[in-house]
Amino acid sequence: MSDNTLLSIEGLTVALPKGADRPHALEDVSLRLAPNEILCVVGESGSGKSLTAGAVMGLLPEGVRATSGRILFEGRDLLALPPAEMRRLRGARIGMVFQEPMTALNPLRRIGSQIAEMFRIHTQLSGAEIDRRVLALLADVRIPDPEGAARAYPHELSGGQRQRAMIAMALALEPKLLICDEPTTALDVTTQAQILHLIRDMQRRTGTAVLFITHDFGVVADIADRVAVMRRGLLVEQGPAGEVLNRPQHPYTRALVAAVPPLAPPPAQPISGEVVLEIDHVSKTYRKGGWLKRNRRVTHAVKDVSLSLPRGGTLGIVGESGSGKSTLARCIVRLLDPDGGAIRLEGKDRLALSREELRKAAPQVQMVFQDPYASLNPRRRVGELVAQGPIIHGTPKAEAYERARELFALVGLDPAALDRFPHEFSGGQRQRIGLARALAMRPRVLVADEPVSALDVSVQAQVLKLLARLRVQLGLSIVFITHDLRVAAQLCDHVAVMREGEVVENGTVAEVFARPSHDYTRALMAAIPGQGWTPPVAFGSEEPV
Amino acid sequence: MLGFLKRYARNPAAVVGLLLVLAVIGMALSAPFVFPRDPLSLAGRPLQWPMDNPRFWLGTDNTGRDIAAQIFHGARVSLLIGLVATVIAIAIGIVIGAISGFYGGWVDDVLMRVTEAFQTLPNFILLLVLVAVFGSDITFVTIAIGIVSWPPSARLTRAEFLTLRNREFVQACRVLGMRDAQIIFREILPNALPPVIVYASVIMAVAILLESALAFLNLSDPNVPSWGNLIGAGRGVLRVQWYVSAIPGVVILLTVLGVSLVGQGLNDALNPRLKGR
Repeated sequence: MSDNTLLSIEGLTVALPKGADRPHALEDVSLRLAPNEILCVVGESGSGKSLTAGAVMGLLPEGVRATSGRILFEGRDLLALPPAEMRRLRGARIGMVFQEPMTALNPLRRIGSQIAEMFRIHTQLSGAEIDRRVLALLADVRIPDPEGAARAYPHELSGGQRQRAMIAMALALEPKLLICDEPTTALDVTTQAQILHLIRDMQRRTGTAVLFITHDFGVVADIADRVAVMRRGLLVEQGPAGEVLNRPQHPYTRALVAAVPPLAPPPAQPISGEVVLEIDHVSKTYRKGGWLKRNRRVTHAVKDVSLSLPRGGTLGIVGESGSGKSTLARCIVRLLDPDGGAIRLEGKDRLALSREELRKAAPQVQMVFQDPYASLNPRRRVGELVAQGPIIHGTPKAEAYERARELFALVGLDPAALDRFPHEFSGGQRQRIGLARALAMRPRVLVADEPVSALDVSVQAQVLKLLARLRVQLGLSIVFITHDLRVAAQLCDHVAVMREGEVVENGTVAEVFARPSHDYTRALMAAIPGQGWTPPVAFGSEEPV
Repeated sequence: MLGFLKRYARNPAAVVGLLLVLAVIGMALSAPFVFPRDPLSLAGRPLQWPMDNPRFWLGTDNTGRDIAAQIFHGARVSLLIGLVATVIAIAIGIVIGAISGFYGGWVDDVLMRVTEAFQTLPNFILLLVLVAVFGSDITFVTIAIGIVSWPPSARLTRAEFLTLRNREFVQACRVLGMRDAQIIFREILPNALPPVIVYASVIMAVAILLESALAFLNLSDPNVPSWGNLIGAGRGVLRVQWYVSAIPGVVILLTVLGVSLVGQGLNDALNPRLKGR
C-alpha cells in the first residue's frame, strides 16, 4: 500500500491561536491519496476541510500551525521542508484551484501571462515555447477561442471561463497532485457541471491525484472515488464513494446525507384556486451610465414577466445568477420600482400606491433575506428587531413584544433569548429571527430571497422543514427565490424558471420536474449534481447532534 | 461596555493619553479654587522667571500676569473651544454626510460639491476670513472653528453610509415600512458612528491648535485667558524671556498629544479586529 501512496497525512494536528472557539483546527487527521484517484473531503463550515488543503500546500493562515503529525508527499515530509524546497514543489508538483477565480487571479494581468508565469518560474523554456504551451493548455481546458482568452484580462471572461483558466494554470506543469478547494461553489449549476466534467476528464487523461474539498454531497456523488467526512476538525468517516454515499455509518454522515433534498418532489398538496398575488407583465430595466449616449448601458433585468401565486401556495422562482429572479423579488416588495406592468395583491395594484400608502401597506408583503449576517442590524437586540415592525404600525409595545415571544417559540428559538444581540446566534438561528421579523407583520405574502443558500446543508434542511411546517400551520403564501432545484422540488407547488429576465417555463412542480418542456429547463435539470444518486436516508429524518 | 474598557486599558499609549486629558480637565475644574483671582489682572512685577518667586512658580508674563493662573484658566477656554467646535463640526458633518450617502443621486452631487468647496479652501485662511467678518468674540471664534472643520467628517460619514445603505438589514427596515429619517438616524447611524467618533479626536486637537494660531496672530478674543493669547503675548520677548511662550506651548503639545492618543486608543478598542494586522 505504501508504495502506491502519493500523499499521506498522518496524525495531523493543527493548533488555532489562543481565544479561538476551539484549541485545534484539526485533530489527529489521517488521510491517504493514491495516484490517479479523486478523494473528496466533505464537511460543513468550520470542519477544517479547507485547512487540511492549506496545510498540504503550506498555506496556513497566520497564527495557525501544525503541532504534530506528518504530511508525506512522494516520501518527503512537507511540514519539515524549508521554504525554498516548498516553493519548488508548489505549482510544479502540487497544483491548486481556488474557490473564487476572480480573486485568485491578478486583475491587472492578462490570462496568458499569468499561466506563462508557471513556466517562467519553474522551467527554462524559451518565450515562443511558453506561448505555444499556454495556448495548448487553454485549448485543453476547452476555453472557446484560446488566443483571445490568453490576451484577455480576468474581468473580461465569464466565471466558468476564469475557473477553466485557473485549472489550466494549476495543471500547466502536470503536477502529481491537484488540490481543489470548493472550485465550483461560486459558479452557476450549469457551469459547475461543465467544470466538474472537465476536472474528471483532465484527471483521467493525466493520472493526477485530486484532493477535492466540497460541502456538496451531489458533487461528491459525481466526482469522488473515495470520500472523507470531516466535522469540527475530526475525521469521522472515510471510505470508497459508493460505501459512504449509500451506506453511511457514522451518525453525522447519515445526518449530512439526510440533509440533501431529494430530486423527486413530495406528493402535491391541494391548493385553492384563489389568486392572492398576481404579477402582470412586469418589466424592470437598469440604465447605467454617464452623460454621453454611447457610455450608457441598458440591462433588461426583468422582461415582461407574468406569474400568479395561489393563496396558501408556494411559487418557486428558479434561475441562475443574472436571471433577474432577485430583481423580481425586490419589485414585488417594492424595494425597486418596476418600469411597467402591475403587481396585484388581492386585486389591488401595489405599483399604483404612493410612498405613504405603500408605507401603510407594508405589512401585507414581507421579505426574508439571503444573508443571515447582513440582514439583522448588529446594534439592536433581536427582540427589538422582531417587535419593531408592529410597533411602527401602531401596535402597543407590550403587545408587540408578546407577539415576538410567541414567534420565537414558533420558529424554534428560545423566547428567553429576546434580549440578546444578533452576533450571539448562529447562521441558521439568525435566519429564524429574520423569518420571525417578517411573520410579526402577519403578511399576506412572504417573499423569501434565497433564504437557505448561505447556510450549511444540515441547517438548510432544518430551515426548509421549518418553512414547510409554517406554510401549513399559518396558511402562508410564499414566493420562494432559489437557484437550487433540489430545494425548489421540496418546498414549492409551482415553479417558474427564469433566464435573462424572462420566464421560460412555468408549471406545477410535478410537471416541470417530470416533463420539462423548455431546453433551458432541461439543461438546468441535467446539470444538477448527483443525479444518479438517491440519498439512502430520508430527507430531514436525522439531524446532527 | 466592560469589555470595551478592558480593550482600551490594554493599550498603554491610550492610557497615557487618557491621563493627560484627565489632567487638563482637572486643571480646568480646579482653576477657580487654586487661582481665585482674575488671571488677567496684574499680579506682580513683569517677567519674573519661573521658580524665582515662590508666589509665581511659573513666573509672570510681560504685563505682570501670573502664568500659572493663565494656564489653569486657559485649560477651561481651550477645552471648551475644542469640545464645542468639535460638536458643531461633527453635527454638521454627520447630517450632511448621512443625507448625501443615503439618498445618493443629485442630492449627493450637490452636497458633495459644497463639501469640496469648503475643503479646497485652506481652513485657516477661511477661519481668518470668518473672524475678520464676524469679529473675534470667543463665541464666534468657536463657531467659526466648527464651521471650517466639518468637511472630513461629512465625507467619512458618507463613505460609511454608502456601504451600509445597501445592507440587507436596511432593506429589511424599508420593507417594514420605516420612515427614512428613522432608518438614517436610528438604524444606520449607530453602525456608521465608530470611525466618526475616532475622527472627532483629531478635530478636537486641530480646533485647539487653530484657536492658538488665531491668538498668536492677536485675532482671538483678548478678553479670555486662552493659551494662544499667552503665546501671542510672549512673542515680543521671545528671544530673552522665551518661557512666556514655551510654557503654554508645551501645555498645548501635551493636550493635543493626549487627545490624539485617546483617539487612537478608541480606534483600536472600537475595531479590535484591525489591530492584529
